[in-house]
Amino acid sequence: MNVGLEHYLTVSGLLFALGLFGVIVRRNVLVMYMCLELMLNAANLALVAFSRFTNNLNGQVFVFFIITVAAAEVAVGLALIVALYRKKQTAHVEELTTMKL
Amino acid sequence: MPFTDILFFVFAALALICAGLVILNRNPVTSAMFLVLTIVSLAGLFVLLNAFFLAAIQILVYAGAVMVLFLFVVMLLDLKTEQRQKIKLFGIIGGVISVGAVIAIFLRSLYVTKPGAELAKAEAVGDTVSLGKMLFSSYVLPFEIVSVLLLVAMVGVILLSKKELK
Repeated sequence: MNVGLEHYLTVSGLLFALGLFGVIVRRNVLVMYMCLELMLNAANLALVAFSRFTNNLNGQVFVFFIITVAAAEVAVGLALIVALYRKKQTAHVEELTTMKL
Repeated sequence: MPFTDILFFVFAALALICAGLVILNRNPVTSAMFLVLTIVSLAGLFVLLNAFFLAAIQILVYAGAVMVLFLFVVMLLDLKTEQRQKIKLFGIIGGVISVGAVIAIFLRSLYVTKPGAELAKAEAVGDTVSLGKMLFSSYVLPFEIVSVLLLVAMVGVILLSKKELK
């Protein structure tokens, strides 16, 4: 048995599912954010695998841009979480209900 | 079984186990550490896929910069008191159902399409030279836009973390 594209795609899908499960189950904003990063990384793995098995470097350039944008996104998101914590003194999503009617 | 295949299974198992431990751990600092391990094993998978530049970037940017930021914020917020949160049963049931649906759809589509398993001969190697040539020839405009985006993010973060928003 040779390791092929489907093996990498399976790992990527399972990783994405784990990230989704974490976002749904965990109630801590920071851990939910880490699980979002897991899902981003799963997408990156799928892109790199496709790029390898179709002999095309465009996918890897795309992953490069995803990593850059993810770094910017993490910085902004963490600043938002810190600002929220300063205001509410909690990082628990069920207590952040300011927008509830 | 070739050596690279064994490496694939080792890295894949490591990535999935550490991803599971990110979710299961109650302490956010331990979660962050397991996320670092996941990212490093994904970098190993990138090396197996001939994406050497991306593997280096993954470790430098993700395991280095992003995770330091995460740990910094976790320790800044002092989340020790929130360790003992009970996980709700409803959340677990909903999570299992939705994640099971996602996995079922995914495996079903993978089984139906059967992507070509043959490994193409490695002509496109993602080393720094070839990726750099692509970035500065056909992808110059997105590259410059991303640099502006980073500047915008930096200004936004500084504004957000000021003491009083005006």
